[in-house]
Amino acid sequence: MAAEPLLAVHDLVHEFVVRGHGGVKDGVVHAVSGVSLEVRDGETLGVVGESGSGKSTLVRSILQAPRPLSGEVRFRGVDLTRLRGSRLRASRRHMQAVYQDPFGSLDPRWTVFSIVEEPLGAHRIGSRRRRRERSAEVLDLVGLDPGLFGQRKPRQLSGGQCQRVAIARSLVLSPSLVLCDEAVSSLDVLSQAQVLNLFEKLRADLALSYLFVAHDLALVKQVSDRVAVMYMGRLCEVGPSQALYARPLHPYTAALLDSIPSPDPAGRHTRRRRARVRGEVPSPLDPPSGCRFRTRCPRAEPVCATDQPQLRAVGPDHQVACHFPLVEANAYPPAGAVPAARTPAPSA
Amino acid sequence: MTGPLLDVTDLHVTFALKDRTVHAVNGVSLSVRRGETLAVIGESGSGKTVTSRAVMGLLSPAARVAGSAVLLGTELIGLTEAQLREHRGRDIAMIFQDPAGSLNPTMKIGRQVTEAVRMHLPLDQAAARARALELLDLVQVPSPRARYDDYPHQFSGGMRQRVMIAIALACGPQLLIADEATTALDVTTQAQIMDLLMDLQDELDMSMIMISHDMGLAATYADRVMVMYAGRVVEHAATERLYRHVRMPYTRALLDAVPRLEREPHSLFATIGGRPPDLTALPPGCTFAPRCPRVQDRCRAERPELTEHETGHHWACFSPWPDERR
Repeated sequence: MAAEPLLAVHDLVHEFVVRGHGGVKDGVVHAVSGVSLEVRDGETLGVVGESGSGKSTLVRSILQAPRPLSGEVRFRGVDLTRLRGSRLRASRRHMQAVYQDPFGSLDPRWTVFSIVEEPLGAHRIGSRRRRRERSAEVLDLVGLDPGLFGQRKPRQLSGGQCQRVAIARSLVLSPSLVLCDEAVSSLDVLSQAQVLNLFEKLRADLALSYLFVAHDLALVKQVSDRVAVMYMGRLCEVGPSQALYARPLHPYTAALLDSIPSPDPAGRHTRRRRARVRGEVPSPLDPPSGCRFRTRCPRAEPVCATDQPQLRAVGPDHQVACHFPLVEANAYPPAGAVPAARTPAPSA
Repeated sequence: MTGPLLDVTDLHVTFALKDRTVHAVNGVSLSVRRGETLAVIGESGSGKTVTSRAVMGLLSPAARVAGSAVLLGTELIGLTEAQLREHRGRDIAMIFQDPAGSLNPTMKIGRQVTEAVRMHLPLDQAAARARALELLDLVQVPSPRARYDDYPHQFSGGMRQRVMIAIALACGPQLLIADEATTALDVTTQAQIMDLLMDLQDELDMSMIMISHDMGLAATYADRVMVMYAGRVVEHAATERLYRHVRMPYTRALLDAVPRLEREPHSLFATIGGRPPDLTALPPGCTFAPRCPRVQDRCRAERPELTEHETGHHWACFSPWPDERR
């Protein structure tokens, strides 16, 4: 079983039916359209995308909440889409999620102890006393003194502390994979840095793997071994985070990188006038044919409208779904070579 | 007229609660020159938004405002609502984080812009409509004529923010305050909107105050940067100077906490502990002292004033970091 990754998602599809007046079917939102990816043991896979990219739907489909329309979600060798009831719950025990809104995801009437213990109760693990001990243990692990915080309620906590409680709750069942959906996006920058450090510490201490979903490419790059870039329900590019930043191959990845305002004032005037992606994300009810990014892509050709580009390998562990990637496949340096400096995207 | 466009001196804002007083802004002074962009940076609760709203006269009646804010020679603090309305829109305008919440959902986009034009300019309906179309074109709403009769829900977030900018520009303000105006937008849309604001600023010779939590955004788009903490300005300098020669430990902590593309995967952030102080019970000395890695005894007893220690570089700190070019 050594070859099997911890999580292997294959050709996942999720769609939502939009209903108009009187419940008549109005259209279909193509939220996730055939995504395949894997999270290996002990690694962090970052998934980056803007609103409407389908990244949150991807997380929910992996958790089977709700179940995807089609595709496979193999977690520790078992396809979750074929399980139901208690067998699904038992498998999912090792896969936990942390969401964006720390206040919204905690019941305001419960104490911190009861919030953190609840998954243990739901899985009927341990005696009441043992559960309390375990929740004190994980609170300690996330840097909250159980004696000080255990009896508090969410409104008596700051945003960063709430997020720590949510993380403690996700850890109480000793998962092997934690899915983080914009888990630090609502925090101020200083608490964000603290929580990110906590994720790193837990990764090392508990041998956790993460699927780390966020819109901020700089943040995702700093926490991830590999990064997957999503646009309108499809993957554009997957690769080692260093290589992906040093030589983005998909024009959308390059556009995302160019849009990040860097805290380094050097070259700030030229940064302002970079080539930008044009226009806006099209409606997911009627995604463009072929490559979904083609309507905004500076490199689009007629073939992009007719043929959907498939993810193909272009370098060590590096895949891109584009007919005209920024660096030709054969220009990729042999393994071990120092990547050349990033060339700016050609202007539109 | 020479001199700064807006001059704020020793601004204080407090909110009275039942048994306590929230000290939201505690002696802020700032000035904005013609044509420049000033970034006011801070975390939630730092007083950056309250400062700008006090200047605009947009705070609730529960707020007590003291100090001075002189715009083009006129003192704004203490003006009546009717007097303030004279200035709002004409001299000074504001755009906010949430464009959806600022537009009327039941009114067509074009009419909202036209009304904003007519509020301040003596134009008839047809002329105001023509001006509104010009403005929508100026903020690069594609085919403004066709979209004039659309409702806000038919616009994306980025397009709604463009409409808000068109409304803000209706009467050619000399100062635009952008309060987290791109925070709710996607990063590629944010870049488009910021480019638009910079172009408009050049074209219309407008000054801008950019209120943000984002150190990266300020580094890219502002001429000068002011950092606020617990209702006070703690460091202030021209952008390149501030980022390369950070002195105040809080500013340094903020910069250290920003994720950077250059860093290796899994590298840790240099962080500080603690939380911002309770604004109803501020400590006597430096408000950052309880979290400061360089704190000394003096910092806890005495409040450091914002002082120009080096030409153009102000900081409020007894124990600044040595100047090392970053």
